[in-house]
Amino acid sequence: MSYWFRNDNRLPQARLAIASYIIVGMIGVLLLGFWKLQVIDADKYSSLAERNRVRYIPVIAPRGRMLDREGRVLVDNRPSFSVLLLRDDLAQVQKHLAGISEGLGIPLDDLHDQLNNAKNLPKFQPIIIKPDASPADVAFIESHRSDIPVLEMIPVHRRRYLPGGFFAHAAGYVGEVSEQQIEASNGRLRPGDFAGKSGLERQYNDLLQGTDGMRRVVVNSVGKEVDRLATQEAISGKQILLTIDYDLQQVAEQALGARPGAAVALDPRTGEVLAMVSHPTLDPNDFAVRISASDWKSLNEDRQKPLLNRAIQAQLAPGSVFKIVTATAMLEDKNPPESFTTFCPGYATFYGRQFKCYIYGKGSHGVAGLHKAVLESCDIFFYNVGMRLGIDRLSYYGSKFGLGRKTGIDLPEELPGLMPSAEWVERVYHRKWYAGETISVAIGQGAVITTPLQLARMIGGIASGGVFKQPHLLKDALNVGEERVALSEATVEKITDAMYGVVNEEGGTARNVRLPGIEVGGKSGTAQVIGYATREKFGKQKKFEDNAWFVGYAPRRNPEIVVCVLVQESGKHGGEAAGPVVKEVIKAYYDKKNKKTQGQETAESKQPDPRNTPARLAATAPRSALKPEESAAVVPARASAEPRR
Amino acid sequence: MKDAPGTRDYDWLLLAILAAICALGVIEIYSATHGSTLSGMHMKQVRWLVIGFVLMFALSRLDYHLILDQAPALYLLGITALIAVLLVGHTRFGAKRWINVPGIGELLQVSELVKLIIIIVLARFFAEVRSDQLDLRDLIKAGLLVGVPLVLILKQPDLGTALVLIPLLVVGAFLAGLQWQHAAAFSLAGILLVGAVFYPSVSRRILKPYQRERITSFLHPEEDAKGSGYQLLQSKIAVGSGGFWGKGFSNGSQNQLGYIPVRYSDFIMSAWAEEQGFKGVLLALGLYMALLLRLVQNAQRAKDRAGMFLVMGVAAALGFHVLVNVAMVIGAMPVTGIPLPLMSYGGSATLFVFLAIGLVMNVRLRRFVN
Repeated sequence: MSYWFRNDNRLPQARLAIASYIIVGMIGVLLLGFWKLQVIDADKYSSLAERNRVRYIPVIAPRGRMLDREGRVLVDNRPSFSVLLLRDDLAQVQKHLAGISEGLGIPLDDLHDQLNNAKNLPKFQPIIIKPDASPADVAFIESHRSDIPVLEMIPVHRRRYLPGGFFAHAAGYVGEVSEQQIEASNGRLRPGDFAGKSGLERQYNDLLQGTDGMRRVVVNSVGKEVDRLATQEAISGKQILLTIDYDLQQVAEQALGARPGAAVALDPRTGEVLAMVSHPTLDPNDFAVRISASDWKSLNEDRQKPLLNRAIQAQLAPGSVFKIVTATAMLEDKNPPESFTTFCPGYATFYGRQFKCYIYGKGSHGVAGLHKAVLESCDIFFYNVGMRLGIDRLSYYGSKFGLGRKTGIDLPEELPGLMPSAEWVERVYHRKWYAGETISVAIGQGAVITTPLQLARMIGGIASGGVFKQPHLLKDALNVGEERVALSEATVEKITDAMYGVVNEEGGTARNVRLPGIEVGGKSGTAQVIGYATREKFGKQKKFEDNAWFVGYAPRRNPEIVVCVLVQESGKHGGEAAGPVVKEVIKAYYDKKNKKTQGQETAESKQPDPRNTPARLAATAPRSALKPEESAAVVPARASAEPRR
Repeated sequence: MKDAPGTRDYDWLLLAILAAICALGVIEIYSATHGSTLSGMHMKQVRWLVIGFVLMFALSRLDYHLILDQAPALYLLGITALIAVLLVGHTRFGAKRWINVPGIGELLQVSELVKLIIIIVLARFFAEVRSDQLDLRDLIKAGLLVGVPLVLILKQPDLGTALVLIPLLVVGAFLAGLQWQHAAAFSLAGILLVGAVFYPSVSRRILKPYQRERITSFLHPEEDAKGSGYQLLQSKIAVGSGGFWGKGFSNGSQNQLGYIPVRYSDFIMSAWAEEQGFKGVLLALGLYMALLLRLVQNAQRAKDRAGMFLVMGVAAALGFHVLVNVAMVIGAMPVTGIPLPLMSYGGSATLFVFLAIGLVMNVRLRRFVN
């Protein structure tokens, strides 16, 4: 019989006490759990909570603008949106990838590639999966904010170049950075970033680029931004002022027209590039976002080579322009003496081979000394001079004047051309120099090739008495290089007189370039692409037509402007095809200069303070007497920069 | 039998502890929901609390011996209700747990009521075992009494509530003189069962997919980014980031930005720990400990074994709720859907606690009566 029967009220006190201890123990264990999380590991969980709630959104720095020498905008930015993929939560990203691909029209493989490329970046850094979102993309992202929380949009700035490929080659273009660029940038660049790919955009990328900022925002559990924390502001890229004169650039662009070729205008006193044109051109706005592989391929394979900046990359025989080198060498070396003359029957024989003058079959230059030979560009005279000087002296002077090496202009793509020499032939072809080759080189044919920029610099330097300034596009550039070649005053005088004669005297090859009231000098060149014999074999084909050169400058001595124009495969004589372009540019230069000096009084008396000028008025008169900085500030970029074609 | 005990005899300390816990709950529900579409939820909770208090006092007036007399009828009622839920119940959150009570219009979670009934039934059963040691036959009988509703609740499916029935049995059996060898044998069986649940090829047979998922995500939280492993992780982040002093009222980022799952209900302790820190946890768990110890004290002073079993049944249920819920909040247990008594928002759960406390009051009021 049990104990409980006798006393129903006797409770199991010992076991109840045990229950109390169990309760205390249970609460104690739970508190230990909290202690571990809240005291021991508090820092770890704090940072996890912070990572949860805080998201980093890049603030893209606008790229610096490019202004012409008077502050008019050549390259600008326009607002746009980029689509970001937030990668903090990779599982989420993977889940939504297909939906994103469909919604934004990005191939799934493309997205995978982009994610792969970014896998070494910190996870909090989002990647740009679609630059320049369309309105439909924006709508898609807005309407799927809650169910696709890994997408985000940021305002960005896209490059806006002048339409029609105006100034396109020198300005260059931007594109998404390559993997090499990312590696070389020490973490400054990320996939999807834009950087200069060519031209000034590439040359001055570090100046133009600026530094992206970062916005820290608070997001809730479905990725919606609910608050904004500290913002690290983006530092805009620096705006760069160029030596280019918008007006001259426009004249040069128009005068060259649709013909393939190039035009470069320099101020030989400073080396400033006033205009640089290369045709055919391309529209860099097409690359301002992303260029499709097929478009890029067709641009690259175009026989016209629109990607080539002919002003610095066309390496062609200079033709008769080279005769200035030969003539200068003759006067400096006094070999043959200044009184040297030749008779031109239209051809001559050297080393058992017949060399023709371009006048062959059309008449004769008769007896010619140096002045007349330059004026009429008589080949026979320069054949003889070249023979007497020999390749070493020609090569010496050509190199001195900058042929066969880069001018050092601030563009990354410049090519050096070639000034052949005996040493060069031996090094490259492992053979002796044939004396006959000298004859061709003396008139700018044969192996010698030059770029338009080299010829502009050379003629400008010789006309300036042997002072060669390094051409450059950045205004206020520091350390502009200068080379001095000791030329006697008499030589400079005779050469410049001869070049003046080319334009202004009876019998000159470029009398059509004459400008009343302006002392224009210059030298034409008509360079054969192939020899006469070959041409006869293939008949008259466009692609074997002569290249036309003209390098003109003004005034006669110590010129302010030198313009070199190349018109490729024109089939016309240099003075005839290229001369008028030079004439237009020089005329525009003087028109502008004269207007400025004349207009000064009226500008002071009549013009209102530029600061009060309404923007619209200023925009219609961008050439008004506004100072460069002010006009840049007052004139709306778009209005002033539109080339009126 | 002297009826109508005086108000002096109520356990006012217990009521004070209860009120304090409810206050913490209402404060945190307000903090967790005031800025969202759920704002105003704290007032709903206050309404439930008021109804709970009234029911508690009402139940305490009715002599518990009368209630124990009705145990078999209550048991049948409970089983019937559970079957009814399975047949005509309302499905919410993927489980049939609710039925509409005509007139009230609110959905009532039947299993909460069943917990109360099982407490009463077991108290009667164990009180009637008249030996100082619980023999195996009685133990199996008690097991069957619990087993039938347990299986029915598992069918809903509601693993959490079903599990609560087990500590009722264990604590009751323990106090009824459970023999050590039986305890050892059943513990071993229990461990094997739990082990089997965690073992994939067995768990596939017995558990629902979502239950399996909860277990795997508990074991490998990182593999399950947005599922229940994510919930546990976010809860741990909330608790841990609160630190010792907490982020301040209505200032917890995990709570306010919605990273804590059901932050006003099952994970309310997580929100509280984030905003009030370890000091707040100390306060809350201290109150729960005081509540449970006070219940044990009431059991120790009960007039008879039946009263003692009733009070300890309540203590077991509440203690188990606190243990499982809080352990889940700190990531030490899988997500089971067991709310924190009196702090979590919820009508049925709140009413259950107050009715249970009403039973305790009932026993206390009659401790001197003969």
